[in-house]
Amino acid sequence: MKILVAVKRVIDYNVKVRVKADGSGVETSNVKMSMNPFDEIAVEEALRLKEAGTAEEIVAVSMGIDRCQETIRTALAMGADRGILVQTEEELEPLAVAKLLKALVERESPGLVIVGKQAIDGDHSETGQMLAAILGWPQGTFASKLEFETDSVNVTREVDGGLEIVKLKLPAVITTDLRLNEPRFASLPNIMKAKKKPMETLTPAELGVDVTPRVTVVEVVEPPKRKAGIRVESVQALVEKLRNEAKVI
Amino acid sequence: MAIYRAPIRDMQFVIHELLDAQSCFAELPGGEEASADIIDSILEEGAKLCESIVFPTNRTGDVEGCRLDDGQVRTPSGFKEAYEALCTGGWMGLACDPEYGGQGLPHTLSVFFEEMLQSSNMSLALYPGLTRGAYVAIRAHGSDEMKRTYLPKLVDGSWTGVMCLTESHAGTDLGMLRTRAVPDGDGSYRVSGTKIFISGGDQDLTENIVHLVLARLPDAPEGVKGISMFLVPKYLVNADGSLGERNTFSCGSIEHKMGIKGASTCVMNYENAVGYLIGEPHKGLQAMFSMMNHERLMVGQEGLSQAEVAYQSAADYARERIQGRALSGVKSPDQPADPIIVHPDVRRMLLTGKACNEAARALLGWVSLQVDIAERHPDAGMREHAEDLVALFTPVIKAYFTDYGNEVCNLSMQVFGGHGYISEWGMEQLVRDSRVAQIYEGANGIHALDLAGRKLSMHEGRLIKRYLKILEDFVAEHRQDKKLDEFIAPLSGAVAALEDATRWLAKARMEDPDEIGAASYDYLRLMALVSFGYMWARSAAIATGKVEGDNTGFYQAKLTTARFFMKRLLPQTTALVATLRAGSRSLMELPAESF
Repeated sequence: MKILVAVKRVIDYNVKVRVKADGSGVETSNVKMSMNPFDEIAVEEALRLKEAGTAEEIVAVSMGIDRCQETIRTALAMGADRGILVQTEEELEPLAVAKLLKALVERESPGLVIVGKQAIDGDHSETGQMLAAILGWPQGTFASKLEFETDSVNVTREVDGGLEIVKLKLPAVITTDLRLNEPRFASLPNIMKAKKKPMETLTPAELGVDVTPRVTVVEVVEPPKRKAGIRVESVQALVEKLRNEAKVI
Repeated sequence: MAIYRAPIRDMQFVIHELLDAQSCFAELPGGEEASADIIDSILEEGAKLCESIVFPTNRTGDVEGCRLDDGQVRTPSGFKEAYEALCTGGWMGLACDPEYGGQGLPHTLSVFFEEMLQSSNMSLALYPGLTRGAYVAIRAHGSDEMKRTYLPKLVDGSWTGVMCLTESHAGTDLGMLRTRAVPDGDGSYRVSGTKIFISGGDQDLTENIVHLVLARLPDAPEGVKGISMFLVPKYLVNADGSLGERNTFSCGSIEHKMGIKGASTCVMNYENAVGYLIGEPHKGLQAMFSMMNHERLMVGQEGLSQAEVAYQSAADYARERIQGRALSGVKSPDQPADPIIVHPDVRRMLLTGKACNEAARALLGWVSLQVDIAERHPDAGMREHAEDLVALFTPVIKAYFTDYGNEVCNLSMQVFGGHGYISEWGMEQLVRDSRVAQIYEGANGIHALDLAGRKLSMHEGRLIKRYLKILEDFVAEHRQDKKLDEFIAPLSGAVAALEDATRWLAKARMEDPDEIGAASYDYLRLMALVSFGYMWARSAAIATGKVEGDNTGFYQAKLTTARFFMKRLLPQTTALVATLRAGSRSLMELPAESF
């Protein structure tokens, strides 16, 4: 089985995100970028499936500007076999990403697509679901455990009430949750090898996908600053304020 | 709590911008592998490993320490797991020969990784650090069979290496050592004697430990010319590479010491232990020196590595700790007090750390690049030039980095006030851990003598002349640049002071040998400060061209810190020249019984 894993280049989770002065988005120039942490889990899961003999090849895909190659290299350094970059300057929305992934699925015919449950920049949590829908494939989202059978996979999902187990027929789309695994560190020999692994660059046009944004960003603003609290004299005063000023009880 | 984030951005500045290391590497055979993206990946992945796996073991290592359990040393909990993560990640062999399983990358890169590792846990970093020293010595002097048997295991970290020099009566003066080696008839030797202060002499991280032991053969001449080096493994190695019998030596006790409690410091007793001669008989000290130069630069780096953690922790604390108000008026009106970073004296302490650490990182990077050139460059003239600089700077880096490093740990602890003195904040550990680096691997005073006595006079002063030429050329190149004047002018003055002191020493040594001893420490500090000044001026020259349009504040901070260094630290050179020129008399006059 071949596995396609999508990896997104996002602002590193340690960076304090700043809004651009003109409110058009967040500052990304000269900011440390890394692989979306949920995508690291996706890569790790694919590697474990390969190590267990369930999969033979892992293809890491990223989309966006030229420097997304670095994110693919990280996946290759972790152990993925080859990379594909869909290069575009366009700001990609989840639907566009799903369509591009669909085009790649048709080209590569993987038995499984694993993506992070969401990216920590946009927090959409839509790409995996949209991809499954337009492919007409079953989806196992927010996965915390995978168990493979001959032509199906049992996916343990983290849902509000606890855990839910679904059985999907392969091929399928999986989106990863935090507890699925703990991603490995790239080893030094693999970092060196990653440079020699094949990486292909395509464009949305070559894949026949229109990636024009459907959504217009009106404004990006920082969350309002928290105001200093006040001290109340008694429980009654607190209840009174909660009821009449804050209107929360 | 002490915090640590690997200073990747500053490391990238040094490697890519200050040294343009990639172009230098490209001239070295095998160096073309080290492209910019590989370098960045190594820094980033190395940082992840050090910050998240190694750093958390630092405090537990200090609290638990090593213990001797029925003849076997036990390292603190978590050490073995962290050590194994380093091995399975292939980090041990970063700069080692691919023939023995290494990655063959330039030494310079391993130095930057080493800084992160030492910052994360100086005690733990000692085990692989010493192993690499043993690797260097065996590779340079061992037989082919010895190399085939031992090097792959040292490179992948499944065995460690240690160096065994000191005996209770023979530390600085190794000529007095008494451990003996007797030929066994089958080509091997039997080693007997007791060694002390053996870092990593025993541990439970690996299945075997390779001891490099200095001992005397029966026909050995007296003194340092009668010392040979032997490879003495904890477990003998069978012909097929598997481990055989336990060799007849043991760890008698481990020292209770001030710091680096996670690094075992052992008394080793060799009783007719099987050993193999490395290199030629009676040439052991020279063989050991190929390892010791490497170790000296590494120990110097320990000063920087601890000072980096101390500085980062103190800067973090000073931004958050609110106490009192700024002298110039309230700075945080929405809080009951201002953060202590508003105070000039707190800034003095923090900036001393920042200015010294960044200069030290740049200087060590530059010297490490010379190590690579000296080892690999195809041109003999380039190799010799680089070797000269490495020889000149080895004592400076060992002594000055560990001195300033401990001082910055102390200053950073001071920023914490009373909390700095409380163990759980982690600051006093840094002071204790960094302290040993001023003592071991040759006490700092000895290195000052090495510089002022040996290195200055080597090849009729060629080493220092070459360095002074580099400094003069740099000053001449930038003297006309108005934007750099505030950096070049003070540097130029300090270079002149160094030249003046060098001339004075050359003359004084003719008159009275004690003058060298009396001036050596001041001279070493003078040279270190001038070199830090050189690194800051070079950094400023780069930052001036990039500061405009930079929204991260990185280049502005470089310029501001360079200014602090020139105005507030470099002037110490004036006092050093004055004390140095005061001569030895005021030191030697007082009779011993009057002390």
